[in-house]
Amino acid sequence: MIELVSQSRCIECNLCVKVCPTNVFDEVDGGAPVIARQSACQTCFMCEVYCPADALYVAPEAEASVAVDEDRLIDLGLLGSYREAVGWGPGRTPGAAKVDATDYMQEKIRKVLH
Amino acid sequence: MSDAFSISTQQNEPLELTADVLVIGGGPAGTWAAWSAASKGARVVLADKGYCGASGATAPSGVGVWYVQPDPEERAKAKASREALGGFLADHSWMDRVLDQTYENVAHLAQWGYPFPTNERGEQVRRGMQGPEYMKIMRKVVKQAGVKILDHSPALELLLDFDGVVAGAAGVQRQENRPWSVKAGAVVIATGGCAFLSKALGTNVLTGDGGLMAAEAGGEMSGMEFSNAYSLAPAFSSVTKSAYYSWASFTYEDGRVIEGAGSQRGRSIIAKTLLTQPVFCQLDKADDETQVWMRKGQPNFFLPFDRAGINPFTDRFPVTMRLEGTVRGTGGIRIADTTCATTAPGLYAAGDAATRELICGGFTGGGSHNAAWAISSGYWAGGGAAAYALSLGEKAHNRRLRGAGRAALRPAGAGFDTAEIVRGVQSEVTPYDKNLFRTEAGLRSSLVELNGLWRAVQGRPESASTTEGVIQARQAAAMVATARWMYASAHVRTETRGMHKRVDHPAQSPEQQYRLLSGGLDTVWVKPDPTSVAAPAPKETVSR
Ligand SMILES: Cc1cc2nc3c(=O)[nH]c(=O)nc-3n(C[C@H](O)[C@H](O)[C@H](O)COP(=O)(O)OP(=O)(O)OC[C@H]3O[C@@H](n4cnc5c(N)ncnc54)[C@H](O)[C@@H]3O)c2cc1C
Ligand code: SF4
Ligand code: SF4
Repeated sequence: MIELVSQSRCIECNLCVKVCPTNVFDEVDGGAPVIARQSACQTCFMCEVYCPADALYVAPEAEASVAVDEDRLIDLGLLGSYREAVGWGPGRTPGAAKVDATDYMQEKIRKVLH
Repeated sequence: MSDAFSISTQQNEPLELTADVLVIGGGPAGTWAAWSAASKGARVVLADKGYCGASGATAPSGVGVWYVQPDPEERAKAKASREALGGFLADHSWMDRVLDQTYENVAHLAQWGYPFPTNERGEQVRRGMQGPEYMKIMRKVVKQAGVKILDHSPALELLLDFDGVVAGAAGVQRQENRPWSVKAGAVVIATGGCAFLSKALGTNVLTGDGGLMAAEAGGEMSGMEFSNAYSLAPAFSSVTKSAYYSWASFTYEDGRVIEGAGSQRGRSIIAKTLLTQPVFCQLDKADDETQVWMRKGQPNFFLPFDRAGINPFTDRFPVTMRLEGTVRGTGGIRIADTTCATTAPGLYAAGDAATRELICGGFTGGGSHNAAWAISSGYWAGGGAAAYALSLGEKAHNRRLRGAGRAALRPAGAGFDTAEIVRGVQSEVTPYDKNLFRTEAGLRSSLVELNGLWRAVQGRPESASTTEGVIQARQAAAMVATARWMYASAHVRTETRGMHKRVDHPAQSPEQQYRLLSGGLDTVWVKPDPTSVAAPAPKETVSR
């Protein structure tokens, strides 16, 4: 579930409010958005992919809210890690363009199954 | 509108629009439909419950697509590969059409700038799309085609003219807190499947709303017994990406291997074990080189592991099988002709909201058919809706309309608690011993429960005073309707075929090689589809 809107990183663009499919965030006048309906979060990570400031953290736990610590997430390199993997952001190549693993994988799957 | 359903809090002034074509849902099917209709000169509005581009099953995941070179041998192989799995219910002419149209449309996607990777010969490899990238491009293309997009605007009901012809839809804009309505010459339903709020990746917006809306307007369903798709995921996580579990071994808590358990053929054994105890997993069959490729191929597969501090190749982690219902099932709204018209005049259906039996019978398995179907059926439904709407001329916008929605919208009974209805449906459709391993007695007892829930949602939701409350109550009603068509169909199909498993009828019965239609609201009916393979004389079965 969504657990963090970093107050220090957020640039108040409200993109997360716009893109979240289940309407979890509320806009705040002159501030970072708030997580208004956390239990509606479907753990889809889309807000993270869109956030231009790497200010959001979606914890992998889908059923339960967990405590997170911003400094620790930064140390572990997790803030913005999924946006990087998808290849969005200035100077990055879209992950979609990088490889085609299909042939390789299909061959490997065949070997594993037989 | 005079008979508008009411929400008791103050809402802002309604948004009222007119269009030639209204598309409901903005995933792959909806965006292809909107683009197709706009390309034929129609004025198009697209309304999505969430955000067109980030919402639905494809956006956060990505899809392999049934993209096959127009080479007769390859095409024949592609068609044959799923025939037996699907229980021989697919239709060759539809498979051919979908293979052709998908091939053509994926080429458009390449032109629009989707960054397909290239192989060593420098050719684009077009067999799959990553979700965020694909849907970002589709949103851009649709906007450039002049389509007006309404985000965060769930449709709640269809609007009918006084001859009962579909002529628009109405809903609410959840962020603006106001009602919307669109008067349209034709409507395309592309609201996706129904995964019953299971939190499988990206699916909590998919609650079967389109099926309920269609049924209220005279639409029928097909293949609803093929609705019990479950996908593997780490137990704590939403990420239902199953492909990589081919490299897994499955173990009991004490580390002993579970004999026969596997991601493809051995899923039933995993489910059976999960009924009584946790199942653990480790991707220990992947060598170093494979591990590197896996990371590049599906970055979202590794998200939950990296964040939970698990190395899935060396650590054991608990797994679950999350319900994906009709999203990776094949049942949905019945398609009546090659333009993807439904049996309700003025109404078209596409993508997961519609039946996919035409191309894969009772089983989709490792995807790709669904993505191809969303692209092709969306394209045809948009084109069909545009032609129909434009043929109506001015008449289209001079009709007097009424809302078709009933359950949870126009109270005819006592109050109900939405959360309780949702829990009630989930406790019938989620458990493996009810939905995956089906029996006569189990289905009958579930139908009794579900019929009770259906009577309850005829009343007034206690949450009806807020916009969110109305949306959720209506979603709950749609889930109840979907579950009733599912289990009524599963009850009638006294055999095992496709993904539908009857523990009390474990064999495929040659006499039942036909598709099953279903429908009805207060009274649910099921009957063989007379147009499908080897159908006997129709016999209707009614369950109250
Ligand atoms: C994890 C996962 C992996 C998958 N992988 C593959 C694969 O590899 N290959 C493959 O072929 N298929 C795959 N599928 C299936 C594939 O994602 C779907 O078939 C595809 O997304 C269907 O497209 P759609 O447009 O019909 O529905 P969706 O993409 O689900 O979109 C439906 C849209 O309708 C909107 N909506 C819902 N209700 C309303 C309403 N009342 N009013 C307005 N809007 C509404 C939703 O917000 C959503 O945007 C996968 C599915 C999942 C869950
Ligand atoms: S998307 Fe990121 S930067 Fe923009 S408002 Fe949300 S948290 Fe802040
Ligand atoms: S993870 Fe998905 S559902 Fe949760 S807040 Fe982010 S966008 Fe919304």
